[in-house]
Amino acid sequence: MSSILFFEQLLNGIQFGTMLFLMSAGLTLIFGVMGLINLAHGSFYMIGAFSAALIASLTGSFWLALLASLSGAAIAGVLIEIIIIRRLYRRDHLDQVLATFALILLLSEGVRWCFGAFPLYLDIPENLNGTLPILDDIIYSKYRLFIIFMGLLIAAGLYILISKTRLGVRIRAGQNDRQMISALGIDISKLYTIVFALGASLAGLAGAMIGAIQSVEVGMGEPILILAFVVIVIGGIGSIKGALIGSILVGVTDTIGRIFLPELLKIFMEPASATSVGSSIGSMLIYILMALILIIKPSGLFGKT
Amino acid sequence: MKKFTTTLAALLIMGSASSFADGHKVKVGMITTLSGGGSGLGIDVRDGFMLAVKGNKNISVITKDDQRKPDIAVQLADKMIQSDKVDVLTGIIWSNLAMAVVPATVNQGKFYLSPNAGPSKLAGKGCHKNYFNVAWQNDNLHEAAGGYANSAGFKNSFILAPNYPAGKDALTGYKRYFKGSLAGEIYTKLGQKDYAAEIAQIRASGADSVFFFLPGGMGIGFMKQFSQSGIKLPVVGPAFSFDQGILKAVGDAALGVKNTSQWSKDIDNNANKKFVKDFQSEYGRLPSLYASQGYDTGKLLISAMSKAKVKDKDKFRDALRKADFSSTRGKFSFDKNHHPIQDIYVREVIKEGKILTNKIISVGLKDHSNAYVSECKM
Repeated sequence: MSSILFFEQLLNGIQFGTMLFLMSAGLTLIFGVMGLINLAHGSFYMIGAFSAALIASLTGSFWLALLASLSGAAIAGVLIEIIIIRRLYRRDHLDQVLATFALILLLSEGVRWCFGAFPLYLDIPENLNGTLPILDDIIYSKYRLFIIFMGLLIAAGLYILISKTRLGVRIRAGQNDRQMISALGIDISKLYTIVFALGASLAGLAGAMIGAIQSVEVGMGEPILILAFVVIVIGGIGSIKGALIGSILVGVTDTIGRIFLPELLKIFMEPASATSVGSSIGSMLIYILMALILIIKPSGLFGKT
Repeated sequence: MKKFTTTLAALLIMGSASSFADGHKVKVGMITTLSGGGSGLGIDVRDGFMLAVKGNKNISVITKDDQRKPDIAVQLADKMIQSDKVDVLTGIIWSNLAMAVVPATVNQGKFYLSPNAGPSKLAGKGCHKNYFNVAWQNDNLHEAAGGYANSAGFKNSFILAPNYPAGKDALTGYKRYFKGSLAGEIYTKLGQKDYAAEIAQIRASGADSVFFFLPGGMGIGFMKQFSQSGIKLPVVGPAFSFDQGILKAVGDAALGVKNTSQWSKDIDNNANKKFVKDFQSEYGRLPSLYASQGYDTGKLLISAMSKAKVKDKDKFRDALRKADFSSTRGKFSFDKNHHPIQDIYVREVIKEGKILTNKIISVGLKDHSNAYVSECKM
């Protein structure tokens, strides 16, 4: 196994991680501030991808499509928050899970009504197509570097938003004591709507960026949602920093594990069964990682105890 | 007098016709994937089947969505058998669902006609007299791909498939016919969409060709990412990643790729021409191979119904076994284990105007059956 290949796989893991971060940042914010378990978060990922595919097919511009994914998911987020989610804050977690699960079904069927059951076409822009040589021999996809860059940019943006702005102060206050900040005269329901829309739009952006290299289809958000939950549990629920570190951990573990575990097993097993056993264990690795972290730190890496 | 006899004859015919109709009613339970990821396949099978039985008053169909989940498929099958009292079940797309549903169904004396999944277990040791596969045994298309790879002069292939029964059948099938060596072999997660890691392995492996089986949305992601990676290796695969439903989503990245299929829209026979035309006018889109499989399943059922009553199980089974219908694939018959003997074609992805579609370039394997016939004790 050459070091070049290892480095390339490491980059792949980081790229996967930054994408997971866009999903889990919103999820963890919404849980941290409103105490809401939002299973429908994956639906915003889907809505973002479909908005992008629609705008890309109308205008032919990838950048307008990215903008559309942000705004499409944000608009959907605002509407859904006002119409449905708002009624769930005071309910217990089981009610929230049931209601947001119903939302998944409604949104998936709704999108299928509008766009049909067949996957849509969305491609990356011409100038991000192809590869870029980095560090001597390593060539890496330009588009995946772009995803890493966007992920880091948004992480920095969120850091500034949360720690340096008035809105950030309110969000942090909301995380600490919900009753107190509404008693201090802050319009809490507006704050909730903003946070929800922010989370939704990040998920939508992730959907569009990933949809361009994978496929834009109904139900695309659910597999990512499960991973995003793993990430926020590892990182500590409510912590953006935890979400970032958790995402990278999960991304790298998953990528490196599923490639190198079968190779490792081949040393003492016959190749065919090593491939099959290795990839089976490889797909369990992130859950094993989660279990290990929870044994050592029951509330996650950066969770409040 | 002459008038009297004709009237009498007419009455007799009518009488026999009505009793004929009563005993010949068949209730079909269709369990297929209609929502979520992979629903395009189920919808095509359903639409193809419904087109075949359209206007046939003796067939009633109950259609239910399995959501691609084995447990739901099992519940639906139980309900259809126990309370809806169906005679024939069909529709399942995925091999893991078929493995969960088919054995119990056929053991309860119901017929199962598979319009898609053909896991090796059900073709070999687990074969059953009431189970018929109208599509292919899972290995078939991959075997043809292996054969094509030999004729194209590939010596060192990198192969990958998802880690589930059909994925294992796929790689087994390819290896059975491919004479070269393997540069690498990977099982991916079922439902995986991102192949950056696998593509990096391919780049580093020194392979001269890539074979992949990634049905539905999985294949869209792979083809797009592979073409963006700048790797210029030839790709070959079964038709499942190049069917009409997903070519649009793959885009030009698929152009020129060779894929193997038992059906193509340009197979030259009257049944196929009629099917393609009727399907387009009924649903406003081009049919896929899944639609052709659903359609052939419907036609097979009708052909058996015209020969025997479904309640007379032995006769009905014999009628099914004869496969006396004009298939969209042309020549079609069942081998001893109730799996098709048919030609497998090599197709190439081309552009017709602005629409991506497939064109046959050669016959990959002629009158091809499957490797499990001898294991089946029936």
